[in-house]
Amino acid sequence: MGSTEPVLPGIPERSPAPAAGRRRPWSAWVAQHESLIIGGMLLGVVLAVAILAPVIAPYDPNLIRPEIRLMRPNAGHLFGTDNFGRDLFSRTVYGARNSLLVGVSVLLVSCLLGAAVGLLAGYYPRSDASLMGIMDSLMAFPGIVLAVAIMAAIGPRLENVVVALGVVQIPRVTRVVRSVVLTIVHTQYIEAGRAIGLSDRRLLLRHILPNCIAPLIVQGSFIFGFAVLGEASLSFLGVGAPPYIPSWGNILGEARVFVRDAPYMMLLPGLALSLAILGLNLIGDGLRDWLDPLSPGGRLEADRRRR
Amino acid sequence: MLLYSARRILQAIPVMILVATAVFLLLHLTPGDPTEILLGPEATPERAAELRRDLGLDKPIPVQWALWFGHVIRGDLGESIFLGRPVTQAIRERAEPTLMLTLVSLVVSVLLGLGLGVLAAVRRGSWVDLCATVVALAGISMPTFWIGLNLILVFAVILGVLPVAGYQPLSAGLWENLRYLILPALTLGFYDAALLARMTRSMMLGVLSESYVRTARSIGVPEWRVVLRHALRNALIPLLTVMGLTLAGLIGGALITETVFNIPGVGRLLIQAVLRRDYQLVQGIVLVIAGAYVGINLLVDILYSVLDPRVNKSISR
Repeated sequence: MGSTEPVLPGIPERSPAPAAGRRRPWSAWVAQHESLIIGGMLLGVVLAVAILAPVIAPYDPNLIRPEIRLMRPNAGHLFGTDNFGRDLFSRTVYGARNSLLVGVSVLLVSCLLGAAVGLLAGYYPRSDASLMGIMDSLMAFPGIVLAVAIMAAIGPRLENVVVALGVVQIPRVTRVVRSVVLTIVHTQYIEAGRAIGLSDRRLLLRHILPNCIAPLIVQGSFIFGFAVLGEASLSFLGVGAPPYIPSWGNILGEARVFVRDAPYMMLLPGLALSLAILGLNLIGDGLRDWLDPLSPGGRLEADRRRR
Repeated sequence: MLLYSARRILQAIPVMILVATAVFLLLHLTPGDPTEILLGPEATPERAAELRRDLGLDKPIPVQWALWFGHVIRGDLGESIFLGRPVTQAIRERAEPTLMLTLVSLVVSVLLGLGLGVLAAVRRGSWVDLCATVVALAGISMPTFWIGLNLILVFAVILGVLPVAGYQPLSAGLWENLRYLILPALTLGFYDAALLARMTRSMMLGVLSESYVRTARSIGVPEWRVVLRHALRNALIPLLTVMGLTLAGLIGGALITETVFNIPGVGRLLIQAVLRRDYQLVQGIVLVIAGAYVGINLLVDILYSVLDPRVNKSISR
C-alpha cells in the first residue's frame, strides 16, 4: 500500500542519523528495526527450506500411496497424508520452493517492466498520458480478478501465474518510479547533466534510476508478499498451478473438501503460508521505516503530518 | 465541488473504454480456438467454420471489437455458451449473494476495524493495544481462504453453531440469510478490519494529541465524548478513503470467499466460467466487476470532496 503517494523530494535514503559522527550502539539499531529482523528471520527459514527441499523432504511430494490416505500427523508423516496418501510435510516443503520461485519471478518481471515504463512516462512528457492511461486501465481491475482473467486466457501453468501476477503489479511499480522521476527530472544536476551533453539513456539509467531504488525496494517486498499470496489464491481457486505441482494453494484447495474429516490437511500448510506472508509483510514495514521514513505509514509520517 | 465531480466522472469514461478494450483483447488475442472447446476435438471443419461464422469469429479483430463494444454500450454482454442464457441475466441471478456478502463484510470490517483501532489508540500501550496489533498483523498475513477454513473448522465443525457452507436467499428470511453469511463475512472482512484497525489507531493517535482535544478535555467534556465526537470525527475523513478501498477490495475477495463457502455468487460463477472456458461469460463478469470497482472508487473520491472541501483545491491539479 501507499504506492500511489508521490514520494517527496529530498528524502534521505539512509535512516536519518540522530547525531552526526556518533555511532549508535548495535542494540539500538536492532530495537528500532525489530520488524525487519523478525521478518528477515522468517523469510530466511522459508528460503532455507525452499533451497534444501530435496534434503529436508522425506518423501517424493507426488508419491501416491492410497493405502495410507488421510493419515493424521505422526512420527513418519509429520503433517499427515492427504487424500491420495501423499506426504503433506514433503508437499509443504516443496510448496515453499514453488511459492518463492513465483514470488521472485513476479518481483523481477514487474520491477523490470514497471521501472522501464515508469522511467519513460516520467521522463518523456509526450508518452506520459498514453502510458499512464494503459496503466490506469490495468489498475481499474481488482488485482485477483485481473489475474484470474489472464489465467483464463493463457491457461493454468506455473509460468503463466508469473505472467498474470506480474501484469497486475506492473502499473503499481510504474506509479512509484514515475513519481520519483517527476520530482527529480527538473533538479539542477539533471539539467547540468543535460547541459554537458549526456545522452537520455545515460541520464535515465545512471542518474535517475538510482533515485528510484529505495522506493522500489520497499515496494518490492510488498510485491513479493502479494505474489506468494496471489499464487496461493489462484491455485486455491483451481486456476493457478496445475494440480500435480505441490503448491501451498493447491494443498489448501484440496484440503477444503476435507475440513470436517481431516482438518490437519489445511492447518499446518496454511500456517506455513501465513508465516511466509507475515515475514514478507514485516520486512516491507521494516524497510519502509528504514529507507523511506516519511512515507504514509512510515515511522516519521505522523511527525510530518503535524508539521 | 460540482466541477470536481463532473471532472472525475469525465475522467472515468476513457478509463472504462480502455478497461473494456483490455478485457476484449485479453480473450481474443489469446491462442486457442473457441470452436474447438465448444464442439470438442471430433468436430468436422465445416461445422467449426459454420459456428465461427455464427459467433462472428471470422471477422477481423477491430470489426469484432466494434461490434462487441456496440453491444456492451447497449447493455448486451452476449450469450453464455454453457448456460444458454444472456450473460447479463446469468450475472443478475447470481448478484444477490455477492452483494449481500460484500455489504455484510463491509459492516463487519468497519465495526471491527474502527472499534479495535479506537480502543487501541485510547488505551495505547495496554494489552488491548497489543491484542489489536497482533490481530491486525495476523489479519493482513493470513490468506482469506485459510481464515475461512479455520472459521469453518471452529464454528461449524467443532462447535456446530453455524452452517459449514452454502447460502440462503433473503427471501428465506433475514435471519436465515445472515446465519449463512456470518462466517463468510468475517472471513472476507477480516483483512480489511485489520487494515482499518491499523490506520484508525495511527490516525486517532495523531488527532488525540491535537490542541482542540486538550481544550475539550480541560473544559470538562467527558472522555467518551472527546473520543467519539471530537477525535474520531476528524480521524474519519482520511479513513473514508481506506473504507472505499476496502469496499473495492471486498469485490475481489468475494471471489475467494464464495469458493471457500460454496456461495452461488458472481465470483463463483466467474471461476466456473474460467474452468469451462466460457469466454463470453468470463468477459462479461470481468467487465461488470471492473465497472463496479471504478464506480466505487469514483464515488469515494466525490464523497471525500464533499466531506473535506480542501480536497477540491489540492487534488484537482
